Amino acid sequence: MEPFKTFASVGVPINIANCDTDQIIPARFLRRGKDDPEYPKFLFHDLRFEEDGSEKDFVYNKEPFRNGRIFVADVNWGCGSSRENAVTAMAANGVRCVIAPSIADIHYNNCIKNGVLPIRLSDENCKKLRQQLGNNPGAELAVDLDAQSVTGPDQTTYNFEINAFDKHRLLNGLDDVGLTMEFEDKIETFKQVYRSKHSWASPQSTN
Amino acid sequence: MGKTLFEKIWDEHVIFEREDGDVLLYIDRHLTHDLHFRTFGALKAAGLSIKEPEKLFGMPDHSVPTTAKVVDDIPKGEMRDAVEVLASAADEMGFVHYPMTDERHGIVHVVGPEQGITLPGLILVCGDSHTSTHGALGCMSFGIGSTEVNHVMATQTLWQRKPKQMRINIDGELGFGVSGKDVILAIIQKISAAGGTGHAIEFAGSAIQKMSIEGRMTICNMAIEAGARSGMIAPDDKTIEYCKGRPLSPKGQDWENAEAYWRTLPSDQDAVFDQEVMLKGDAIAPMVTWGNSPQWALPITETIPDPLTESDPLVRADMEAALEYMDLKPGMAISDIEIDTVFVGACTNSRIEDMRAAAAVAKGRKAQVRTLIVPGSGIVKKQAEVEGLDKIFVEAGMEWREPGCSMCVAMNGDMLSAGERSASTSNRNFRGRQGLGSRTHLVSPAMAAAASVTGHFTDVRKLMEEN
Repeated sequence: MEPFKTFASVGVPINIANCDTDQIIPARFLRRGKDDPEYPKFLFHDLRFEEDGSEKDFVYNKEPFRNGRIFVADVNWGCGSSRENAVTAMAANGVRCVIAPSIADIHYNNCIKNGVLPIRLSDENCKKLRQQLGNNPGAELAVDLDAQSVTGPDQTTYNFEINAFDKHRLLNGLDDVGLTMEFEDKIETFKQVYRSKHSWASPQSTN
Repeated sequence: MGKTLFEKIWDEHVIFEREDGDVLLYIDRHLTHDLHFRTFGALKAAGLSIKEPEKLFGMPDHSVPTTAKVVDDIPKGEMRDAVEVLASAADEMGFVHYPMTDERHGIVHVVGPEQGITLPGLILVCGDSHTSTHGALGCMSFGIGSTEVNHVMATQTLWQRKPKQMRINIDGELGFGVSGKDVILAIIQKISAAGGTGHAIEFAGSAIQKMSIEGRMTICNMAIEAGARSGMIAPDDKTIEYCKGRPLSPKGQDWENAEAYWRTLPSDQDAVFDQEVMLKGDAIAPMVTWGNSPQWALPITETIPDPLTESDPLVRADMEAALEYMDLKPGMAISDIEIDTVFVGACTNSRIEDMRAAAAVAKGRKAQVRTLIVPGSGIVKKQAEVEGLDKIFVEAGMEWREPGCSMCVAMNGDMLSAGERSASTSNRNFRGRQGLGSRTHLVSPAMAAAASVTGHFTDVRKLMEEN
């Protein structure tokens, strides 16, 4: 996973409340691999393309937004299905940060695991940023994870909260399995105690 | 200070707690399905194996056509590949697998409780957001992404952060014709699709206590549609009765110990919840959704709302966009909305009680539109056939299918065409969820059957009075 320290890019306003992961990537693409050359096109596919492949009138199809790598979204971004493909489709397009008033819990975790920084700002600030980005296409946002700040197109700085462990993982591009392996002894000790206390909790044989 | 049901189970599974609050949790059960078929290759490529294969249970559901009985019936290509890779991984890596030819197969969230894989007091995860379903048995369960799926397979643990605690109390007697589906839609309408974000929900109150285990599963299934990864109900006599004698549930002394432990799990009197919500059960009517979020739900007796009455311009724009997509006009009676297809199934409503509820309405009537009835597992299918429900459906002109996710997810052949409108017992009315350009209205099984036999949304209470 690519470490995340600071990042600046054109911001893309996504003016959709409750933008669910079916909108971010439709289910029919979920069996496709990340190595599929078509993968980047799956992002917002049905919002972006007609059935014949021609482009719809959608913000992410327009210049300069189509090169934007920071999304500013509305309430309940990423709700619905747990599909991590929603984040891999964003990452496949170079998107490294999404800012929204609220981000669905599973999607938030999936972002962290893929080096995409999820940022929660107030409803009011997100609205303001979306307006600024819409009114000034190509305006940039700058994110500093260490300082936990976002700088808007008008140079206003907004601070955000992030859990210390999530921050550590993103800053260092850490993979969880490697990290957990360091706790092997603790896990084994736990299991022994747990098994003796809750022997019923192991799956019982059908025979 | 007392603990909530959630906190009791959480605390029992903490292996290690970091100073910043993240904990490493032990995972008792992991369910998996065909959409995670790529995980096995990724595990091997990373030099990892499945840590405790006896705690992993796999079955194909998302990619199985409901007209297929064996793998060879699945069209060649990515659907069949996903099902085959899962089966061969089970063979190679030694986890439990219920293939299509095994009557125990079906939708993971139907099969887990049915087989006794799901039990009170356990932590169960699955790479599927509707894993919240299993909370109905007092099991802590939540959906995870594919990186976490990989992590659980490799370590049987997961790093998590404790969510806030929310309790939703539904008191009173549910009216005739009102089911768990109507209750959860009324809850989401009240608290919004993001109302439970960051929280674990406990559903409580006299209406929940009186509800069957299967009704409770429908409620917990849709906790995620209110934003909560986990929805739980305290185990009680009904839960214990339900779990007893299931193929994988504890036996003998283990059962005695388990039952004694489970009875200690309900939230303490002095447990503290970050939020409490109250609903009157007797005020809930059969519900129908009209927009592209489950929060846009109304009683069948209502009319489509007018966005102009909404003061927040963003919410107004959202409502207008939904009405345009759904091709509905403000002021229209919900009971005047005509439909093209009816779907009874999905992990929300494909259990035997759901089949019975739909059959009670279908009996002696005729479907006016295409109607798919899809049992959630081979066991549900067999039981429905023993009871003759399949005959009722077929005589009504409905299609009786093989188990699977079917039209909930439009990636196995069952879907709507663009512009088609459904009455569906699934859990998501998102744009395109049932096929590109599809228009979905979420309802209970009885309401779906009522829509089928009349061709439009109909108050099932009126139909049932005629019976």
